[in-house]
Amino acid sequence: MASLDWVTIVIYIALLGLGWMSVCGATYDFGQEGNFFDLSTRSGMQIVWIASSFLLAGVLLAVDERYYDTFAYALYLGFMVLLLVTPFLAHDIKGSLSWIKIGKFSLQPAEFAKFATALCVAKYMGSNDFDISKRLHFVVSCFLILLPMVLIVMQKETGSALVYFAFFLMLYREGMPGAVLFTGVSAVIFFIVGVRFSEDALWGIHAISLGRFLVFLFIWLFAVGLMRVYTHHLPAVMHVFLYGGGLTLAALFFSKYVIPFDITWVQLGVCISMIVYLIYLAIKHHVIRYAYIALFVIGGLGLHYSADHLLNHTLQAHQRTRIRVLLGMEDDPRGVGYNVIQAKIAIGSGGLRGKGFLNGTQTKLKYVPEQETDFIFCTVGEEEGFLGCAVVLLLFLFLILRLIHLAERQPYASGRIYGYCVLSIFLFHVFINVGMVLGLTPVIGIPLPFFSYGGSSLWGFTILLFIFLRIDAGRNRFVRA
Amino acid sequence: MANDRQYSNRKYVLGIIATLIVALYLIRLFSLQLMSDDFKRNADSNAFLRRIQFPARGAIRDRTGKLLVYNQPAYDIMVVMSEMKDVDTLDLCQSLGITREIFDRRMEEIKDRNRNPGYSSYTQQLFMNQLSAEEFSTFQEKLFRFPGFYIQKRSIRQYAHPNGAHILGDVGEVGPADIEADNYYQSGDYIGKLGVERSYERQLRGEKGVEILLRDARGRIKGNYQHGKFDRSPVPGKNLTLSIDLELQQLGERLMRGKLGSIVAIEPATGEVLCMVSSPTYDPRIMVGRQRGRNNRLLTADPMKPLLNRAIMGQYPPGSTFKTSQALTFLEEGIITPQTTYPCSHGFHFGRLTVGCHPHASPIPLIPTIATSCNGYFCWGLYYMLGNRKKYATVQEAMTTWKDYMVSMGFGYPLGIDLPGEKRGLIPNADFYDKHLGKSWNGLSVISIAIGQGEVNLTPLQIANLGATIANRGYYITPHVVKEVQGEELDTIYKTRHYTKASRQNYEVVVAGMRQAVVGGTCHAANNPWYEVCGKTGTAQNRGQDHSVFMGFAPKDDPKIAVAVYVENGGWGATYGVPFGALIMEKYINGKLSPASEEKAEAFANRTISYGSTER
Repeated sequence: MASLDWVTIVIYIALLGLGWMSVCGATYDFGQEGNFFDLSTRSGMQIVWIASSFLLAGVLLAVDERYYDTFAYALYLGFMVLLLVTPFLAHDIKGSLSWIKIGKFSLQPAEFAKFATALCVAKYMGSNDFDISKRLHFVVSCFLILLPMVLIVMQKETGSALVYFAFFLMLYREGMPGAVLFTGVSAVIFFIVGVRFSEDALWGIHAISLGRFLVFLFIWLFAVGLMRVYTHHLPAVMHVFLYGGGLTLAALFFSKYVIPFDITWVQLGVCISMIVYLIYLAIKHHVIRYAYIALFVIGGLGLHYSADHLLNHTLQAHQRTRIRVLLGMEDDPRGVGYNVIQAKIAIGSGGLRGKGFLNGTQTKLKYVPEQETDFIFCTVGEEEGFLGCAVVLLLFLFLILRLIHLAERQPYASGRIYGYCVLSIFLFHVFINVGMVLGLTPVIGIPLPFFSYGGSSLWGFTILLFIFLRIDAGRNRFVRA
Repeated sequence: MANDRQYSNRKYVLGIIATLIVALYLIRLFSLQLMSDDFKRNADSNAFLRRIQFPARGAIRDRTGKLLVYNQPAYDIMVVMSEMKDVDTLDLCQSLGITREIFDRRMEEIKDRNRNPGYSSYTQQLFMNQLSAEEFSTFQEKLFRFPGFYIQKRSIRQYAHPNGAHILGDVGEVGPADIEADNYYQSGDYIGKLGVERSYERQLRGEKGVEILLRDARGRIKGNYQHGKFDRSPVPGKNLTLSIDLELQQLGERLMRGKLGSIVAIEPATGEVLCMVSSPTYDPRIMVGRQRGRNNRLLTADPMKPLLNRAIMGQYPPGSTFKTSQALTFLEEGIITPQTTYPCSHGFHFGRLTVGCHPHASPIPLIPTIATSCNGYFCWGLYYMLGNRKKYATVQEAMTTWKDYMVSMGFGYPLGIDLPGEKRGLIPNADFYDKHLGKSWNGLSVISIAIGQGEVNLTPLQIANLGATIANRGYYITPHVVKEVQGEELDTIYKTRHYTKASRQNYEVVVAGMRQAVVGGTCHAANNPWYEVCGKTGTAQNRGQDHSVFMGFAPKDDPKIAVAVYVENGGWGATYGVPFGALIMEKYINGKLSPASEEKAEAFANRTISYGSTER
C-alpha cells in the first residue's frame, strides 16, 4: 500500500466529486423537491456507480499485478469475441448496437475492451524480443489496436472506435517513426484545410480556391521539411525549396497583377515535378526515404482530390451539411449546429464564477442536449464558470502528466506501455469531448472521463486507471527481486 | 529494452501536446466566458420568458362624472399546434364564423417562421384576436371539443357615447417609431393614437407588470424564476376627468350635423374647454377592435376629412371677430380713443383700393362700430397705425408691434392645448411681408388683416380663446380638455394666467361694443331675457360662399362660457354662427334649452350645407 500512488487517487476522487456535482446540476429540475441520493434520479444512480467503482478499484488493487500480464491475451480474446457478438445481442439505442442488457442494467462492452486491448498490446510489445522497427512486429501491434476498432464500428459506435487512435500516441512513445504520426496529422490538416477554405478566394483572385492553394502549399512545404529532416542532401532540399517556392510566388504575382488565372495548376506542376525529382533521387542514391517522401506527396494530392470528390459527389446532402457545419462553413442553429450553439451559450453564460451549483438555467431547462453524458462539461461551464472549468481542465492535465511520470518509472516496458495506453486514452477523451463542447473539435459522442453519467464508462475508466496503479505499486518488487 | 532510453525524450513531446491542448481550451473558455456578454444575453433570452401583465387603461369621464371611455373584455383565441388533435375543423370554423379557407390560411401564417419568428408548436400562438363577447360565446361553449385551443382575455377600449371622437381619440397597436421613441413599448402593445388617449398616454397606460418565467427548450413553462422574486405587478392607469360637458358636446355635434366647421366653448375663468365640436365627426366606437384598421382607412380616404379635428387643426380667416383684437390694439397704442370716428361710405376707399362694407350710419365711434361690424373703421385704424411714423420709425416696426399684440392674445402660435396636432394659425409679421411684397409696403398693402381677412388665419380654438380673453378682460388660461387626472396635480401651464398687451379698461370698451352688437347690432338674435350676452359676428370671405362665424361670451359681468362657432360656407355670421352660439350658451348657462330653442336647434340640426365632393 505504501508504494501505491496516492496522488493519482486523490485526483481521481476529486474528479469524481466534481463529476457527481455536475451530474446533479445537469439532471436537476427546477422545483424538484427530492434529494440527490434518491435512486430514481440520475444523481442517485451515479452515486451507485461511483460506490461500485470504489469497490472495483479496491478489488483491482488486491489482485496480484502479475495476473494482469498472465491473462492479458485471454482477456483480449474474450473481449474481441464479446465485441463480435454484441451487435447480435444488443438492443437498439438511438441506432447504436453497442449495449447489452443484463437484468436491469445495460452495459457497453466497448468501454471495457479498451483496458483489455491496452493490456494485450502492453504484453505483446513489452516482450523482450519485440522490436517496433521490425515491420511484422509493428503490423501486429497495429492489428491488435485496429481489430477492436473495426468491431466497434460494426456496432455503429464510430465515436468509441475513434478512441483507439489514441494508441498511436503510445506507439510514438515506443519508437514508431515520428513521420507516421506526422503523416497522420498532415492528412487531417490537408482534409480540413482543403474542405474548410474550398469556397474562399485567394487574395481576391476569384479563379483560385484558397483551400486548394493552401493544401498544395502545405504539401510542398511539408515535403521540403521531411527532406530536410530525413535526408542529408542539402542541395536537393534547396532545389525543391527555391524552384518550387519561386515558381509559386511568380505565378501568384502574375495572376494578381497581370492576368488572373488558377495558379493551383502551377502548384500541381511543382508537386508532380517534385515527385519525379524525388523518385530520380531515390534511384540515383539508392535511398528509399526519397521514395517515401514522394509517396507522402502523392498521398497528399490523392487525399485532397478524393476529399473534394467525396464531399461534392459521394456524400449525401445531410452528411455534407453536417461536415460543413462542423467546420464552421455554415450556420444551422436549428439542425446540426444546435448542440454546439447551445453548448457555447450555456458555457459562455457562466462568466468568471458561474451561476452557482444548481442555478444553471440552460442545462436545467434542457437547452443543451445530452447534457449529463457527452455535454456534461456545459454544466461545469455554466454553474462553476471559468474558474471551475480551469480547475477541471488543470486536474485532467495534472492527471495526464502524473501518469506520464508513473509510466516512465516502470521497470519493464509492458508497464510503461500500459501506462501510456491509459494516459493516451484519457487525453483523447478530454481533447475530443471538451473540444466538441467548446466548438473546436467535431461532435463525436464520447464521454468525459469521471464526469459523464453512466456506469459503463465510469467502470471502464476506473479499471484502466487502477490496473495501472496496481502495476505501478508493484514496480519495486521486481527491482528488488 | 534497447529503445527505452532512445525514445524517452518523447515523453516531453506527449506532455507538451497535453499541455498545449489544455492551454488552447483555457484560452477558448476565456474568450467564451469572459470576453463577451452575448452568450449571457442569449442564455437569458433562451431561458427567461418575460410575460407581460397588462394594466387596465384609465377610464375617461366628462366634467359631470359621466363615463365616456372604459375597458371591455375581449378574447384572443390561441392555439398550441402540438396539442391540436382530432379537431373537427368544420365545427370550429362554424362556431367562429369563419370559412375553411381562412382557417387554413391562418394555420399556414402561424407556422411560417418568416411572418411569425417566435413560432413553436409547443406554445400558444395567436389564432384570432379581439373577439367580442357575442362572437366568442358559441366558441366558448364548444371549447372542450377543440383540444389545443385556448382563450386569452384582453381588454379593448369601449365608448359609452358616439360623441367627442376628436377629443377622446383612440388606441391602436404601436408602430416601429413608437417603440423607437420609448422602450416601454413592445410590438403588439397598444398606444393612444389621437386625442387625449395620445396626449395623456403616460397617465392612462399605467405601468406594465412582468412575470419572469422559466421556459425549457421546447417552450414549456417551468414556473417562476426564483419563486417570483423579480416579478412586478402591473399598476393600473389613471382615470381622467375631462372638462368637456357631454350634453353640451352632444348639442354642438347635433347642430353641426351636415355642416363643416367647429364649435368650441371655454370656461373663461379656468380655460377649461366645455365642448369642442369638429364636423364632420365619426362614432369613436368604430375605431375599436378588429375593424379599426379598415375604418381608419375609410375615414382617412373620406374627402370631407372627418379625422381632422377642425377645432384645433382648421386654420380659417377669423373675419370680423378679429376686429375686437384690432380695437384693443389701436386703443392701447393710442391710435384711437373710444371717441375717435372714421368715415365709412360703404367701405374703406383709398385711391383705387376699396374694402367694401354694408350700409350703416357714418361716421361713428368705436362702440357702435363693433356693434355694426364696420370694415372701414378698422381699415383706417390699421392704416393710421402702420403709417404712424412718429410712434414707429418704420412700417416694419409698426408691424412688429401689431404682431406682438396678436401673439399676446394667443394667435400665431399653438395655444398649447392638451391635444395632439394643434396648428398655429398665421399672424403675418414684418419679415413675412418683406419677403412677399418687397421692402416697399405700407398699411394699404396689408389692409385686409384689420378685418380678419388676408393672411390672417386662426383656429376655432384661438377664436374661442379670444372670446375667453375678452370675457376675462385681458387674460386667458391655456385651454385644456382634461380637468383632472386621478391622483395628480394638473400641469401648472393650465392654471397660469396669460395677460395680453391690452389693458382692462380697453377690454371694457370692446365688451361694451360686443354687448351692443347683441342688443342692437349684428348679433341681436343672441339676445335673451335671462342673462347678458356679448358677441361678435364674422362673415369670412373665401373662394366659395362666406364662412359664418360667431365669437361671444355670457353673462357679461360674470362670464361662465365663451364660445366660438365656425361654419364653413355658412354665409352671414348671423345665419349659423349667432344662433349656434346662443344655443350653446343657453344650454350651458340654463342647463337646458327652452322649448322654443329646442325647436330651433332641431331645425338647424336638420339643415345641411352642400359642399360638393371636392377635397376639403
